[in-house]
Amino acid sequence: MRSDPAEFELVAPESLPKALSLLAENPGAWLPIAGGTDVMVQFAAGKLPARKLMSIWNLGELRRIEVLPSEIRIGAGCTYTDLRGDKTIAKEFPLIARAASWVGGIANQNRGTLGGNIVNASPAADSLPALLAYEADLILVSVRGERRVAYRNFHTDYKKTQLAADELVRAICLPRRFLGYLAYTRKVGTRNAQAISKVCLAALGRLDAGVIADVRIAMGSVAPIPIRLAETEKILTGRRVDSALLLLARKTAATEIRPIDDIRSTARYRTEVANNLVAEFLGRLGASGTRP
Amino acid sequence: MIAASGKCEVTLRVNGEIKIVQAFPMERLLDILRQEFGLTGTKEGCGEGECGACSVLMDGALVNSCLIPVLQAKGASIVTIEGLAGDSRARALQDCFLEHGGAQCGICTPGMILAAVSLLNKNSEPNIEDIREGLAGNLCRCTGYIQIFEAVAEAARRSAVT
Repeated sequence: MRSDPAEFELVAPESLPKALSLLAENPGAWLPIAGGTDVMVQFAAGKLPARKLMSIWNLGELRRIEVLPSEIRIGAGCTYTDLRGDKTIAKEFPLIARAASWVGGIANQNRGTLGGNIVNASPAADSLPALLAYEADLILVSVRGERRVAYRNFHTDYKKTQLAADELVRAICLPRRFLGYLAYTRKVGTRNAQAISKVCLAALGRLDAGVIADVRIAMGSVAPIPIRLAETEKILTGRRVDSALLLLARKTAATEIRPIDDIRSTARYRTEVANNLVAEFLGRLGASGTRP
Repeated sequence: MIAASGKCEVTLRVNGEIKIVQAFPMERLLDILRQEFGLTGTKEGCGEGECGACSVLMDGALVNSCLIPVLQAKGASIVTIEGLAGDSRARALQDCFLEHGGAQCGICTPGMILAAVSLLNKNSEPNIEDIREGLAGNLCRCTGYIQIFEAVAEAARRSAVT
């Protein structure tokens, strides 16, 4: 049943400080809306619990990409189109650029924001495994000030996060130290555009003299939140990629994921695909050592 | 601060013309275009950003008008399919859609043309992959897409010649 717009309030504060004051006056009362690609879908379905919305779409403070010597700071209000058009992201963070290109279609990329993807906290979100692989930090902001949290700890359970009721995500920080890594990402779903993934992987790896020196494997749609496969990463580090290692990686990965049966897929299929994606990534990583 | 309990006044530019409307701020841009302004070329398909039938250009960017609360369109410049009537690129697209069988039932066509115009504005010589990606957010249940892709490719070639 569609919502009746007459029952909803929507305000558009003209600056970040004004938006934060409004949140602080009545914490939890306002639902922030940026590009609306998630919120308006709930609104259309009559499933939006909030009745008071606050537009943050026009806040220029959230729309900047700052390139600092040690990290890049992506404003939470940057759209996927903004991410795809940024040269530093294209060069140093290809997993983000690639994930941005899979979100919805062009129209949704023009409106959907990285901060929105994070706060909406879907375990199937396209861009979140890439943020885990790059060890992102989030800058959260409120009238109380800013705080910085590791993105890895941000999601606490299905659709639950560390964001306080008076806070907004201000920026996403990515350390600039992954330039020499092999980056591999793949979304398995009905189609790339406009379809939610059955399984999504984003991974980074670096070999040193043929041995895995560092590896990060993140996945979406295989647990209540996007996850890093910490145990799999541990057993891979210091090893050469061979068939025995692939087998061990598949076994370990299967113990770390907790996929479910739902409208898009089954737990069994997801487990098989997740294992295949880990193996596929390792195959690429192993092969990267044989080329100059 | 824009107060917004009850209706609010929204000024926006639609197809070059300044329009003022009294609306609830969460009313969808799609409904305002169709019901207040009579611009029924913009279609509603899914109403949840999946199908692209309601595509319009907002400040030059392709968007789904079903996902835009009208308050967020305040001060924006909107172009709908009607606004492309005199546009030479849209005319070439229209001709090529007809010639290649790119329009059958027609519900997706305005959105397809808007998405194609948005693509060609950024990339006047798209290859087939560019076209597939540019139109991936627009669903068609009749053509199987191939005729549409061919129409866009041909329109790009024609626009390059003229």
